[in-house]
Amino acid sequence: MLELDKLVELIQTFLSDSIGIDWLVKLIEYVLIGVGFLALYAVLALILILLERKICAYFQCRLGPTRVGPWGLLQPIADMVKILLKEIIHIDKTDKILFKVAPFIVIMGSFCTFGALQFGKGICGIDFNVGLFYMIAISSLGVVGILLAGWASNNKYTLIGAMRSGAQLVSYELSAGIALLTMVVLSGSLQLSDIIEGQAKAWYIFQAPIPALIAFVIYLIAGHAETNRGPFDLPEAESELTAGYHTEYSGIQFGFFYLAEYLNMFIIAGIATMVFLGGYQPFQINAEWAEGFNEVMAYIPTWAWFFGKVFGLILLSLWVRWTFPRLRIDQLLKLEWKILMPISLLNLLLMTVWVLIFE
Amino acid sequence: MEVKDIKIKSMKTEDFKDNEYLEKYIEELQKEGLNIVTEKLDDLINWGRSNSVWPFTFATSCCGIEFMCVAAARHDFARFGWEVTRNSPRQADVIFVSGTITYKMAPVLKRLYDQMAEPKYVIAVGGCSISGGPFKESYHVVNGVDKIIPVDVYVPGCPPRPEAMLYGMMQLQRKIKLENFFKLPKRPNISNGQTEEGGTK
Amino acid sequence: MEKIQEYIQKLAPKAQFEEGGQYPTAIVESGDLRKVAAGLKEKGFDYLMCLTGMDYKDSFGVIYHISSSKEKKTVIVLKVNTTEREEPVIPTVSDIWEIANYYEREAYDFYGIIFAGNPDMRRLFLREDWVGYPFRKDFVADDSINPIPTKVPKPDDYESVPYYTIDKDGKLVKKVKSLFENKDCIVNIGPQHPSTHGVLHLRTKLEGEIIKKIDPQFGYIHRGIEKMCESMTYPQMLYLTERLDYLCGTMNRHGLCLCIEKAAGIEVPARAQYIRTIFDELTRIASHLIGWACMCNDMGSITAFIYGMRDREKIMDIYEETAGGRLMINYYVVGGVAQDIHPNFVNRVKEFIPYMRKMIEEYHTLFTHNPIAKGRMTDSGFLTKEQAVALGVTGPSGRASGWSCDVRKIEPYAAYDKVKFDEVLHQGGGTFDRYMLRLEEIEQSLRIIEQLIDNIPEGDFRAKVPAIIKLPAGEYYQRVENARGDFSVFIKSTGDKNPYRVKFRSPCLSLVTALDPMCRDQKIADLIMISGSLDYVIPCIDR
Repeated sequence: MLELDKLVELIQTFLSDSIGIDWLVKLIEYVLIGVGFLALYAVLALILILLERKICAYFQCRLGPTRVGPWGLLQPIADMVKILLKEIIHIDKTDKILFKVAPFIVIMGSFCTFGALQFGKGICGIDFNVGLFYMIAISSLGVVGILLAGWASNNKYTLIGAMRSGAQLVSYELSAGIALLTMVVLSGSLQLSDIIEGQAKAWYIFQAPIPALIAFVIYLIAGHAETNRGPFDLPEAESELTAGYHTEYSGIQFGFFYLAEYLNMFIIAGIATMVFLGGYQPFQINAEWAEGFNEVMAYIPTWAWFFGKVFGLILLSLWVRWTFPRLRIDQLLKLEWKILMPISLLNLLLMTVWVLIFE
Repeated sequence: MEVKDIKIKSMKTEDFKDNEYLEKYIEELQKEGLNIVTEKLDDLINWGRSNSVWPFTFATSCCGIEFMCVAAARHDFARFGWEVTRNSPRQADVIFVSGTITYKMAPVLKRLYDQMAEPKYVIAVGGCSISGGPFKESYHVVNGVDKIIPVDVYVPGCPPRPEAMLYGMMQLQRKIKLENFFKLPKRPNISNGQTEEGGTK
Repeated sequence: MEKIQEYIQKLAPKAQFEEGGQYPTAIVESGDLRKVAAGLKEKGFDYLMCLTGMDYKDSFGVIYHISSSKEKKTVIVLKVNTTEREEPVIPTVSDIWEIANYYEREAYDFYGIIFAGNPDMRRLFLREDWVGYPFRKDFVADDSINPIPTKVPKPDDYESVPYYTIDKDGKLVKKVKSLFENKDCIVNIGPQHPSTHGVLHLRTKLEGEIIKKIDPQFGYIHRGIEKMCESMTYPQMLYLTERLDYLCGTMNRHGLCLCIEKAAGIEVPARAQYIRTIFDELTRIASHLIGWACMCNDMGSITAFIYGMRDREKIMDIYEETAGGRLMINYYVVGGVAQDIHPNFVNRVKEFIPYMRKMIEEYHTLFTHNPIAKGRMTDSGFLTKEQAVALGVTGPSGRASGWSCDVRKIEPYAAYDKVKFDEVLHQGGGTFDRYMLRLEEIEQSLRIIEQLIDNIPEGDFRAKVPAIIKLPAGEYYQRVENARGDFSVFIKSTGDKNPYRVKFRSPCLSLVTALDPMCRDQKIADLIMISGSLDYVIPCIDR
């Protein structure tokens, strides 16, 4: 199927044969990879937008987009064309530099995280020994952008939205981090490829069922909160703060926030998949009778496994989003500090004991 | 449904069925042939703009409820890709002026319109925003929202049925397709005394 | 009745009494007004139902309709007049009945009557720079005097509050105070905001997320309906009532129809009464559905909003078949209904009843039992019964505070005395009580419809009505229960084919004024939720 290794090799040999200067070849390769990821990022965003609109429509007994293109498939492309050409409003009395920088910080945070995802065996932008740590660190960059956007807009609604977002992300980052740390205890490595390879026989969620499952649920909740989507959509609470921190943004600047929101959903699902559900590893049953089954499963390409799991988790997150009402800020913080945080700390302890006993 | 003899002074019965006159107008304009690159790009841009018109949630009175009905399950304007209602005027493309505009509200509406980013469109929904409607005689009602902001499409009714609003939206889409991105000054003048009207009865 | 008359006579020896009116009426001098008002309040008349400003051409007057939360059927009318035309002054009763504060501002706005002692004499609906008082009979609407404004007022215009007191020499003194301090963080919620349910403007003082004070601004949809009515015939007026509170259009229209029929002595056929009752209850269900849906939407649950609207469409279908319209069906006319019911009507309603019952179950599973929703609703937005009565918060919101104020029980009209239904009462007064009460009221409405739908009597659907309706001179007051509370119509007729003065008592004004006491020290998210649970409609307030 998709033999990326060979393609990469082909490009590598072609470039070094025709140019020959080592650093130039590397530069061109980096640019190519960057462009490839950018394209994937954009395409995924479009798919996710359409997916959300369709699925939300089915939850609500509606049809969703049907008119633009066959079954409304071209709807997000029309949106993209529109939003690219929309006027960008320059507002008086804002902090001009911060106002313009904020959307870039948000999209950068999400794009840098995106690059480190392992889409399939060997399909990833970067894979180094503190990969998971890098992901947690860089994905929290987004909150800086949101805070700046809220502050620089010089608008009370955006400011309230930004402060809510700050409080929310700082708190939920903790339990998300601890939940991932719990799994690091099990895997013994921070390198993403190691973590995934460790799940070749069985996914981590099956290797240590009790603590891993708890960590998984906690990570899903905390991760969902980090994406600022309902029921945790307080920073942009449509019915309270009109549009929250991005109230004053228009055109492509708003488009960046919009894209980052959808891609963050993908990234959170991606991390959950890699750490808990075996990433691109196929589903395997550790028994002799299941050999045939295992082989069939292994025949499905690795990237298909990854995307299948990720989209499954995204579906779950959409389901939650379109069912629950929004939390209030004190409920939100109570949930984190009084419930999730103690549980995840205890769970970390449990996992340590588990690892000491069983392995 | 067949439209039969409807007696309205300023509009002939046949006109009710004439939805394609804007398309015919384009054809006529393009008869002489135009630059293929800019034309095609124009088409693409207009296609994008006309199919992704995000409404601004603005309602002052009764027509707002019918607007909610258009958004809800039965009529569902998501089919046209309109369901991304934005609460911030900066991100919206079209403002449905649904409901009466009073003297106190007029400067607010004007400000909201000014806050919207180009390209922006206005649909006047219901009798009140077209002409003052049942409150024409009142001392505090603006007789027609077109006194304050330019209006693209008028949807009559008190309040208009959701179907009429959908029709008004589709008329706006047709109108957007007439736009000329690369030659803005030469934008064809389509007003010449004729206005599009959505909703028949 | 006699007792009250004696009591008032004792308080104000100069008081005169009008005979033959609908309610016992006393005309007191403005010097005695506060004494009489305080005396009545002591006697238990704690509910100021309606305050109407009047222009008698040679003098100004104010009419108070006062009722009691205990003896619900008793209504007393107080009248005060002043012959001064330049600067009419009447003492305030805002310290006796809290809601009078806003009612007096309305009368000041319309007639320029100054209420000495009222702490807040800003205009209620019109802009501060509006010239003249529109409801005075000598007011001329002129765009050159009052052009369409081009600028939004500055914050100072909202905040400087004039008030009038009478000093020792009996002279009127104007003073100005400021509503907020300079360092306060004021957030404008509205006039254009997704969840203010119309163009309400709340100037909210915040400390972080916590609300410290709310100052509601009205009038963004003030269309002067009452003034327009004065130049219309009675059947013409009907069309405006539906546009007051569009969610319970039929009930408002019912109120005006009843008032005209009562005054003109028109007997409404039983068939029309049954049909009207069924339509009223259908409208109530539709209105409560929108109320529920919007409240869920305000709390961030968009799916629930769509579900509510989906089920409302079923009622719209029933309307459409019989009356032809959807939102405003223009179905009631003086003397009955416009046309007979559609042959399908009975069957469709019968299909609808079990469907709706099933859907309410679904609402409970989707939203009521949701821990987030329940957690948010149970601990906020409390309104005590005393506050509810003082502010005149009627309807579902008043009943959720334990005040039994259902006009359908107090003064039954149409076919309400022929059916059995419970007045749903909750004692808590919290947001969850109001939320649940609405859903329970839908069930009661279904029960009423169920009893009536099979028993619609044969006969005329419309009484014979003269082509030109003229009401005999006098004052008429009619209360109906709409989906938000006590909606009343006051008509003063001079025997002409146009009314001399029309006043609609809007239940929603009380609901909005209750926001300030309910939301103090709560969060912004609570404000949005509470306003959703009160379910007010702004055009009804602004009229």
